[in-house]
Amino acid sequence: MRWRRRSRSATPRRRRLRIGCLPLLAIIVAVVVVTAVIALRPRALPQPEPIAAAPPKSKVAHLRSVVSFASIGDAEARSLALFAEAGRVIQHPRCMNCHPRNDRPTQTDAMRAHIPWVARGPDDAGEPTLRCSTCHHAANFEASGVPGNPKWKLAPIEMAWQGKSLGDICRQMLDPARSHMDRAALLHHMAQDELVGWAWHPGGKRNPAPGTQAEFGALIKAWLESGARCPA
Amino acid sequence: MSYQLVVNGRAHRIEEDGQTPLLWVLRDTLHLTGTKYGCGIAQCGACTIHVDGQPMRSCSLPLEAAAGSQIVTIEAVAGAEADALRAAWVERDVPQCGFCQSGQIMSAVALLRVKSIPTDDDIDRAMSGNICRCATYNRIRAAIHDAARSPSSPATTA
Repeated sequence: MRWRRRSRSATPRRRRLRIGCLPLLAIIVAVVVVTAVIALRPRALPQPEPIAAAPPKSKVAHLRSVVSFASIGDAEARSLALFAEAGRVIQHPRCMNCHPRNDRPTQTDAMRAHIPWVARGPDDAGEPTLRCSTCHHAANFEASGVPGNPKWKLAPIEMAWQGKSLGDICRQMLDPARSHMDRAALLHHMAQDELVGWAWHPGGKRNPAPGTQAEFGALIKAWLESGARCPA
Repeated sequence: MSYQLVVNGRAHRIEEDGQTPLLWVLRDTLHLTGTKYGCGIAQCGACTIHVDGQPMRSCSLPLEAAAGSQIVTIEAVAGAEADALRAAWVERDVPQCGFCQSGQIMSAVALLRVKSIPTDDDIDRAMSGNICRCATYNRIRAAIHDAARSPSSPATTA
């Protein structure tokens, strides 16, 4: 018994904090209740908000109607004016990019060289080992931003427009040896060809050619009927 | 919508939106991950596959346009050209990071099928759409020349 007494006096017994089960349970319940009250407190539901109108994807440019040229009495002047208006389409990047001066198409409104490097090949639809159809298919593809059309190809080199004046382009168009088209075929190409029509539906963020293909075709038709005059 | 795809000789019924890029069908649905996503805008060539024998960028090919075609990916490209290129690739230790290499091989196979003995210019014209961020272009060109001259290539066996 002595050793027990000595032991007690040598190491005084610590008093431990004792918490019963019920207070512990009460604390847990209180925490849960407070958390639930905070999480489930009544709040206003999000209300629908009007979405700001999206800015137009591209600039819309209009063409003058054929009727608006009727006031020009002089036939030659009217013909020149009609072609000048049509020239806004002809010299638009959507058209010029596929009428390059060399074997390489250009891209964008800045008409920079096509990326990746491609060449027209023997049929204007790409090299046999890197066809246009490697990337371009029958329709614009929004997922990749790659434009497309079933007839996707370059204009023949004889119809190179880039670097030429509108007058030179005009004379080139009227020369079947270079355009490979008589006037009826030329009108059809401008007014109805679906690849030309792509210029008004280029997809993505590309700016379309001014007006519509129908308006452009009407201008070309009126120009041909008025003598098909070319600017100097 | 449902589309029938024939990939590497096997027919698949794909239930996806027709505007889904074929690349995602190959990688996510069919788990053919050898075809790589590089840029998604047909600028780099990492996703090149063969569609009816023609090299195409699968990132810019909608599923609905590929339906009904014979599609071959890097996992199954075969033949004398593919064998010769594979051997030359190993011999020259062409890849560095390797990410673009499946697209490079697919374009190179298509090139050798059209031009069995290509010149440097032929190679540049065919391969210009395949970008390599490690700039292994010299080794790629050398390996294509090696493959064209190898005993197993069609040019030397013909």
